[in-house]
Amino acid sequence: MQRTTLDLWVGIFVTAGVAALFVLALKVGNASSVNMSDSYRVIAEFDNIGGLKARAPVKSAGVVVGRVESISLDTRNFRANVALRIDKRYPFPRDSSASILTAGLLGEQYVGMDGGGDEQNLKDGDRLKITQSAIVLEKVIGQFLYGKAAETSSGKKE
Amino acid sequence: MLNALSHGFRVVGRRSINAVWRMGSAARFMGLVLLRSGPSLRRFHLTIDELHFAGVLSLIIIIVSGLFVGLVLGLQGYETLKRYGSAEAVGTLVALALVRELGPVVAALLFASRAGSAMTAELGIMKSTEQLSAMEMMAVDPFARVISPMFWGGFLSMPLLAAIFSVMGIFGGYLITVVIIGVDSGAFWSQMQSSVDLRNDIMNGVIKSVVFGAAVTAIALFEGYDAPPTAEGVSHAVTRTVVTSALAVLALDFVLTAFMFTGV
Repeated sequence: MQRTTLDLWVGIFVTAGVAALFVLALKVGNASSVNMSDSYRVIAEFDNIGGLKARAPVKSAGVVVGRVESISLDTRNFRANVALRIDKRYPFPRDSSASILTAGLLGEQYVGMDGGGDEQNLKDGDRLKITQSAIVLEKVIGQFLYGKAAETSSGKKE
Repeated sequence: MLNALSHGFRVVGRRSINAVWRMGSAARFMGLVLLRSGPSLRRFHLTIDELHFAGVLSLIIIIVSGLFVGLVLGLQGYETLKRYGSAEAVGTLVALALVRELGPVVAALLFASRAGSAMTAELGIMKSTEQLSAMEMMAVDPFARVISPMFWGGFLSMPLLAAIFSVMGIFGGYLITVVIIGVDSGAFWSQMQSSVDLRNDIMNGVIKSVVFGAAVTAIALFEGYDAPPTAEGVSHAVTRTVVTSALAVLALDFVLTAFMFTGV
């Protein structure tokens, strides 16, 4: 085969392959929500994070506004420090609250943000004061049983 | 009795020495291929010839197989998911299955039988007709002139072929479920995009296809170079290439999957 036609076909092949990689990255995968160049970092303290994992979504009103960056344990007060990276496009008031919620009945856990009413917005490195921990099923059942037991025993006394 | 026992031990010993010797010479062969690949990358048109042979001429089989694998996956996935009322998740199913496993693995199997076998046959016949020795006589290094370009051609074309296979498969799944059956197009794409991750799924698939490309090309070239210089020897070497590289791809796929998609 002629040199030029061979080069042409190889060029078409390589371009098609690279284009296929780009289609996979942009159309099939969620590349757009992974890299947030402009973002700020907020730390939320929770008593219990349940099954929350790094890179879980941060949602407000169901819209993904950021991702969980890292999770660590503060050994001074034994609370979990969850670093949230939130897109700069979504400023939140300083008294916003974070809670750990579950998508669907058995879905994965994510962080839900509820906006507050403060005049000032959260800045990079701020700490969220109002948080609600994950619901741990064993604890809920334990409380329920304890409550039931207390109810029946007090009922017997009367 | 003692004679039979010692004979048995001798057979085991010879087999293991042969296996270790072959492994050693394969490693030495690969070392030479990589070491002498400088000239072949400088004279890049040699590698382009091999890219044309291993990549462009494999396109038809890759595109058609990818399309049909996607069509079948879409149809089967739809039939099963329909029962649970989540037919829209068929996009996720098709994309994850193709990007993570089927794209790299099936493309590598096709590549081994389409391009790998031809590489083995070419090298084996070059050896048996003493073309490689003739090159050495003329002070042309056959590694730099023939073998390294073949290796780089196969190594570079395999990830591209796997990506094209995955894209064609997803297009096939789209064709059957959205265009023909009538699943909602927006739900198909959005469910796919929300569950396919760039780093965990797509990058790992690309890494797999790179590893498979290196493995299949290396096996094909070594079998060709190592083939006994007879017609029968070359034909056996071609058979061994296809069988060994299929087994190697499946075994490597299991190991890579165990590292990539478990844990965390």
